[in-house]
Amino acid sequence: MLKIGSLSFQSRLLLGTGKYPSFEIQKEAVEVSEAQILTFAVRRMNIFESSQPNFLEQLDTNKYTLLPNTAGAKTAAEAVRIAKLAKASGLCDMIKVEVIGCDKTLLPDPIETLKATEELVKEGFIVLPYTSDDVVLARKLQEAGCHAVMPGASPIGSGQGIINPLNLSFIIEQAVVPVIVDAGIGSPADAALAMELGADGVLLNTAVSAAHDPVKMAKAMKLAIEAGRLGYEAGRIEKKRYATASSPKEGMSIG
Amino acid sequence: MKVLLNGEWIQLPEHIINVSDVLKHYDIHQRHVVVEINGEILTKLEHQNTRLADKDRIEIVHFVGGG
Repeated sequence: MLKIGSLSFQSRLLLGTGKYPSFEIQKEAVEVSEAQILTFAVRRMNIFESSQPNFLEQLDTNKYTLLPNTAGAKTAAEAVRIAKLAKASGLCDMIKVEVIGCDKTLLPDPIETLKATEELVKEGFIVLPYTSDDVVLARKLQEAGCHAVMPGASPIGSGQGIINPLNLSFIIEQAVVPVIVDAGIGSPADAALAMELGADGVLLNTAVSAAHDPVKMAKAMKLAIEAGRLGYEAGRIEKKRYATASSPKEGMSIG
Repeated sequence: MKVLLNGEWIQLPEHIINVSDVLKHYDIHQRHVVVEINGEILTKLEHQNTRLADKDRIEIVHFVGGG
């Protein structure tokens, strides 16, 4: 069970809703992923062509918890404004704080992320900041009262997987709130590794939406996250330099 | 009146008085939208009784796909 603030979830997969080939494929992918938390962005509505379909409006919003993000914000003040706009919809209390500090790498601005987190915690939001894999920053975000920390595995949409498992394991070790690995996941193996390291959940988007078969990949990610979690709970064996036989040495019928 | 609506100057028809009239005018009153007037975010309940004035800056936002 994944617990974030006052909310509990069976699924440890958080799914993004951007860049799917079609709404039909997206709906099916969301369904098979069994994700209960879906992320969204907040944008100006094209009111002059308002008949354009909207994915959220095709969803049963009672079935899912919405996690809007503050993507597009470059300062804490902009992130706080987007968060308040999202909350005014009356559809959600959670917010993914995302304050980008570098256009090329889309890495977060740590100082503005911390400021926005402090402010939104005071305002009563359930706050999940997207952060780099900085161990000290993750601690400070927790001290600021965030409800989960979401370190990136590698740059957003890069599919490079976990480039610093050591830092990620340090963050997990010292965490007092759930750790959700967010961004950079490319394959089911990456998602499973995040869970084996002890992460409480994985948030991904492009790995599914841009896969050759998004529906099949959504299923693969669900299974990988479940397998990784089970593996973590089971406790893996230590690595040894040399072989240890699995079959008994005694009672051989030859020689 | 003339208002700045999502970044565009628009001349609104005479009968539009409240925020809810604008939403009806654009046929988005039944959709999940959030309205901000001159930097003030409105709750849904406030749409009915928030009067618009000339040169108001109106932002109408909604949720779109994102990660």
